Amino acid sequence: MSMNRRELLGGAAALSTAAMLPQAAMAADTIQLGSILDTSGIFDAYGKPMDQAMRLAVKEINDAGGLLGKQVEVAAYDTQSDMALYSQYAQQLTRQDKVDVVHGGILSASREAIRQTMRKTKTLYFYNVQYEGGVCDRNIFVTGVTPAQQVEVLVPYAMKKSGPKVHILAADYNYGQITARWIQKFVEENGGEVVATDFFPLDVADFGSTITKIQQTAPDLVFAPLVGGAHLSFFRQWSAAGMKDKIPLASTTMGVGNEHKVLTPEEGNGIMVAYNYSQELDTPANIAFKAKWQAEYGDTTAIHELAVSTYQGIMLWAAGVRKAGSIERDAVVDALETGISIEGPAGKVTIDPQTHHATVDVHIMEFEGQGMTVIETLPQRAPIDTQAVCDLQANPGDNTQYEIEI
Amino acid sequence: MGRSVLHDVIITLVVSALLIWLLPLMISTYTLTVLVIYGMLGLSLGLVWGFGGILCFGQAAFFGLGAYTYAIAAINIGESTLPMILAVLVPAVFAALLGAMMFYGRLADVYLGVITLVVTLILFKFVNSTAGPQYVIGNARLGGFNGIPGFQTLNVPGDPAAYIWGDPYFYVCAVALVIVFLLVTWLLRSSFGRIAVGIRENEVRMGLMGYDVATRKTVLFAIGAAIAGLAGALFANWGEIVTPNLFSLGQSAEIIIWCIVGGLGTRFGPIVGAAGLAYLKFMLGQQSMIDNTLVLGLILVLFVLFLPRGLVPAVASLLNSIFGGTKRKPKPRRMRRARHG
Amino acid sequence: MDLSFVILVEVLYGVASLVLISAGLAVVFGMMKVINLAHGEFMMMGGYATITAVGLGVNVFVAMLVIAPLVVGLIGLIVERLVIRHLYGRLVDTMLATWGLSLVFIGLATMIFGNTTTGISTPIPGFAFGGYQVNGYNFFIIIVSIVLVIAMYAVLRGTRAGLIARGTMQRSDMAAALGYSPDRIYMMTFFCGSALSGLAGAVLAPLVGLVPTSGGAYIAKAFITVIAGGPSLIAGLVSSATSFGLVSQFFTFAISPVIGEVALLIAAVVLLRTMPQGITGRFFKGKL
Repeated sequence: MSMNRRELLGGAAALSTAAMLPQAAMAADTIQLGSILDTSGIFDAYGKPMDQAMRLAVKEINDAGGLLGKQVEVAAYDTQSDMALYSQYAQQLTRQDKVDVVHGGILSASREAIRQTMRKTKTLYFYNVQYEGGVCDRNIFVTGVTPAQQVEVLVPYAMKKSGPKVHILAADYNYGQITARWIQKFVEENGGEVVATDFFPLDVADFGSTITKIQQTAPDLVFAPLVGGAHLSFFRQWSAAGMKDKIPLASTTMGVGNEHKVLTPEEGNGIMVAYNYSQELDTPANIAFKAKWQAEYGDTTAIHELAVSTYQGIMLWAAGVRKAGSIERDAVVDALETGISIEGPAGKVTIDPQTHHATVDVHIMEFEGQGMTVIETLPQRAPIDTQAVCDLQANPGDNTQYEIEI
Repeated sequence: MGRSVLHDVIITLVVSALLIWLLPLMISTYTLTVLVIYGMLGLSLGLVWGFGGILCFGQAAFFGLGAYTYAIAAINIGESTLPMILAVLVPAVFAALLGAMMFYGRLADVYLGVITLVVTLILFKFVNSTAGPQYVIGNARLGGFNGIPGFQTLNVPGDPAAYIWGDPYFYVCAVALVIVFLLVTWLLRSSFGRIAVGIRENEVRMGLMGYDVATRKTVLFAIGAAIAGLAGALFANWGEIVTPNLFSLGQSAEIIIWCIVGGLGTRFGPIVGAAGLAYLKFMLGQQSMIDNTLVLGLILVLFVLFLPRGLVPAVASLLNSIFGGTKRKPKPRRMRRARHG
Repeated sequence: MDLSFVILVEVLYGVASLVLISAGLAVVFGMMKVINLAHGEFMMMGGYATITAVGLGVNVFVAMLVIAPLVVGLIGLIVERLVIRHLYGRLVDTMLATWGLSLVFIGLATMIFGNTTTGISTPIPGFAFGGYQVNGYNFFIIIVSIVLVIAMYAVLRGTRAGLIARGTMQRSDMAAALGYSPDRIYMMTFFCGSALSGLAGAVLAPLVGLVPTSGGAYIAKAFITVIAGGPSLIAGLVSSATSFGLVSQFFTFAISPVIGEVALLIAAVVLLRTMPQGITGRFFKGKL
């Protein structure tokens, strides 16, 4: 951090030499952790708490004596919600800072923008975000949940509570399209029927006509994997029209960036979701985690699913390094592939050697008073969607993001 | 006249050779490459706006169109030469059609700005909603919000396995910018360019003098789009992914800002503005004390208040006042006010 | 029958919300020839002002209709004194400056409010009409925009202040010669424009998920509506908002919201191509 501050204040000309020298000198006695996140701009609601979680995890590791007797040092960059900066900072991290691991990326597009750079430069990469699934690359580890992990448990629960007719409203991008297909599959497997599916680009904010249309299809349940600030309007307009008490809602995305805190309790209460983490999770690990966060930042309201994923990702990486006894990429990958696991704030997280994704506890929850009350915990759900297409044990040279056929 | 052209060309070549040699010593070539590409994009708007008086809110549309054309063609063809050519042609043709529609309809000023803005938004919304599997061109999925990754990047013409990347790619881009810059210089010195400036100053008078204003504006607009398209294709090669953000309103606004900050009505200003602001953004991202959006905003406001003519004209007049009046004075280039009501 | 009533309400709501989000920009652009690219952020601040006021225990209608416009108007006043005042007559420079300001406001709002500010629920409950639930708040928005248009007309047409303002916009030198300071009139106009933006943001706040970057969603739409309206302030605003609102809602219901938005944009292109000076450049000439 202090170095970054100096970089900014120093003149542009003196900069690159000044920045390179101390890093080269320190490389021997510290471990470098690179972080690329949007901490300003339109995605900062996701990125800021992730950045805080990253720093908290590193601080904790360092306070406990570091890794392999070395301190971990952070090189963090703010991509300002600008895709071009991802590529630039990825180059900076891998070629100039020569970091030992990179954690970061929020949108799938940002991950794809830097994934190949990480692979080419043999820099271990952790993507700690809930996403659509299907990435198959030995150099990457994914600690977020994927659609099948959530949908598999959420659909039966929501249908049991409401009824068999489901209307799907999904965000119109890769994640939403794939999630909608998983929902359809599990609805049909559970003896239900999808009456309609609508997709909305991320900037649609007016849902009046949609709400009318839903009333025409008259479903028992509305499944709404909608994403981002504009889509929040749906939940507010739904409630304003008085629909909230007529047809129940379920979502796989609402609340990932603490969106449920933007809704008033009257608007949010009763929406069903399934995630890896909830602030209301009443486990010793979570209570301890929140206490640490409180001590560091003074306020725990910012903690969300992605922040905890980031924290768990760094802890998994640290466990891998300890087990490998080295920070060499291949040694760490081998160590992580032994099916290593940690106890995180959200429960046990295990690396699935076949896909490099995470097997996690999934909690079915309902919104209540701007919190997420845990209804039921389903321990250790494997990333079944990615497992269907990806086997890095059999095919370690794979380097694709598969579109999972359902 | 002949001598001064030679003079200009030589100065351009020497200065750019020096820059191409010196800059990589200070900034990594990867970052430099994108600065060069943005410079080219800035130049494209600097040409149509600064010299043609066409306020285009949608230069990003041609940039994005170039990038997407390249990506889609590269996936289908697998060799980069033809996609590069297409990436220049498609935006140019698109701009020619759009320009013809606007200029023969005598749209001007802010109205023109709105049309270009709207066309950009339409493209953005369209590309943004192509996530479904039904949106395919040849083998290329359009991918919607997530964009298209994993296409063939630039190779030595004729040899698809010989990729140009890293340092050589920077030199390719830099040389491309120099060539484009020289072409723009030549264009502005030709009668076409002089008439274009005349149209900017007084469209009615040029029309009455017998020049076909609409055709000339259309051609200039298409040339600007071709340059933006080339920049887009180079950008696609650099980032190895194209996303709908290239079409976004924010991107368009950024290009306009580059031009104003650098200095409208100069060839060099937009390039300096683009590279400078993009580098500033890059530097800002390395600190985390203050919100970066806030800092960037403040800089823009202060700029307008204290350096309204832009960087390059300000520096030029400063040099002039130091070294006396031997050089010709830069003409004050003020945009005409929009006329309404 | 029930359905057509519901759709009618939605269409009216579409038109009304366009009028509402464009009014502030129309005043500032139509009267002062300043393109305020921070318009969306003014709306965003109106939303936050409302939420904050309600959080402090103020009645929600007072917060929306009084406090938010005042707060944003005052912010506008400060902005005008510090920045815009130096840039009159320089269309492009004001664009750059207000774009910069919009970034500043986003940054400030993020620092002050963070990203997860709890919104306020709609103060008017939804109700059932036949087999359909209707959003009762839509009626409120429709009424607010009708009142707004009438009030704008009354002020500009019927009051001395409106007359002076109109005169200054046409010939500021003549107004100055007659003893009215254009500087002060521009200042007041900008205050009013900002207050209108704040009002729009406040009234829409219960229906949208408000985050610091929300403003970006409005600026393009408002800009298009205002420009397509043409030189007459009120007639232009109402006519273009009506045509765009009708087109976009028709396609929204017929196909999907995305097609509705695209239809609006295409309508704008067609409209400007056929009427290069905006709607009121051809019809309602010389009207207010």
